[in-house]
Amino acid sequence: MRLEVDISGKQFANAAGERRQVLRNIAFTLEPGEVGVIVGPSGCGKTTLLRILTGLDGDYQGRVTRGPHTRIGMVFQEPRLLPWRTVEDNIRLAAPEVDTARLSALFAVLELSEHRSHFPGELSLGLARRVALARALAVEPDFLVLDEPLASLDEALAARLRSQIAALLEDRKITTLLVTHNLDDAVRLGDRLLLLSARPATILHALPIRIPRAARSDADIAGIRNEIARLNHANG
Amino acid sequence: MRLLSVAVFVVTWWIASLLVGGAKLPPPPDVLQAMMTEAKTGALFLNLGVTLVRVALSFALAMTIGTAIGYWMGRHRLADRFGDPWLIILLNLPALVVIVLAYIWAGLTEAAAIAAIAINKLPTAVVTLREGTRALDPALDEMARIFAFPRGRAFRHVVLPQLAPYIAAAARSGLALIWKIVLVAEFLGRPNGVGFEIGVAFQLFDIPLLLAYSLSFAAIVFAIETLLVQPFEARLSRWRPRAA
Repeated sequence: MRLEVDISGKQFANAAGERRQVLRNIAFTLEPGEVGVIVGPSGCGKTTLLRILTGLDGDYQGRVTRGPHTRIGMVFQEPRLLPWRTVEDNIRLAAPEVDTARLSALFAVLELSEHRSHFPGELSLGLARRVALARALAVEPDFLVLDEPLASLDEALAARLRSQIAALLEDRKITTLLVTHNLDDAVRLGDRLLLLSARPATILHALPIRIPRAARSDADIAGIRNEIARLNHANG
Repeated sequence: MRLLSVAVFVVTWWIASLLVGGAKLPPPPDVLQAMMTEAKTGALFLNLGVTLVRVALSFALAMTIGTAIGYWMGRHRLADRFGDPWLIILLNLPALVVIVLAYIWAGLTEAAAIAAIAINKLPTAVVTLREGTRALDPALDEMARIFAFPRGRAFRHVVLPQLAPYIAAAARSGLALIWKIVLVAEFLGRPNGVGFEIGVAFQLFDIPLLLAYSLSFAAIVFAIETLLVQPFEARLSRWRPRAA
């Protein structure tokens, strides 16, 4: 699936009735199979942007083209699992046609096999995130959306999940949009970085990364980070 | 513990009956005797059965309609604004008024009795379910939309489990209300049922008979609450992590 985005503006009305601009002139394209990463300061409107791109919010100026019948898989910032259904039922409800072998493979990759029949309330945040990721992948999405999938996990856990996500993305070639405020995650996972400004958010820089994900050395990653720091400095 | 509680009740009753005299408050054996007599003729079971059927019908009617209206009012602001004055009037209308009016308009019929009982319970079911619908988690609604849940699946697996505690609360309080009102409705305009028999006992000043029916009725209510309602509530909340 190819994603074309051209949003000229988005406003929110606050409780007092004033309209405040949240997004302004956001235009980019994701090629099929490409992993785009949106990086921006907290509260800049990243989640709002995702809500528009996934069709949850239709109240904006501009145009988003996703292609017809796009199947979306999404990992929300909070896992948003159904607390009254088991891990496996949560996934099967979102992806009724998933076959058992594929589901087992997915559970194995994400180290969830022993938690199949647990309820979400019995899981840690890290586990619940992995269940949410499994759910998003089980629907075999044309468009995968990850909203801060590594936020509020400790460093070791975040690194593990990050490498799992990297392996899954490499494996499946799904058009993906990842949102993060962590530059390191962005550089390790993305094919194309979109750096957003503070509110009202607009794209400051769009930065393609040409080195394949698996081949990126620590030196490459440091280099890209320096490049971003230089861009930010020139801009600010 | 429950047995002890019942035993304390019986002992207290016996002592009280000795203090005030058997004419005003007959001791437990006299009431048991009256109960046995009624049970032998079959009248006890017939009357209890008739009352239970009335309770079941009006409960089912009020819960179904009340849940539907409550959900609708919780989802749509316009419906809420329109329905709210009706709800306030119904909530505060004395049960007696509804029952008497129903009997005047629809005659002393079974339908009038059941409808009157249901109307008494309806507004509390609506209010509880409206509250439950307002408390639905929009985050889960969004999840269901993103993953393209069909309506039926979303309602059954996303909405209904969130409403379940509210439905249970409405059922619980509604049942208690209906237990109280059904006897009044029978007392005023039915030729059978526990309420009718209590009316007869009242006119004859037959206190053992009165207590026999009241206590059998209370026993049935107790049995239904512990054997049906409580296990059902436990089943609904089995996914919640248990308190230590």
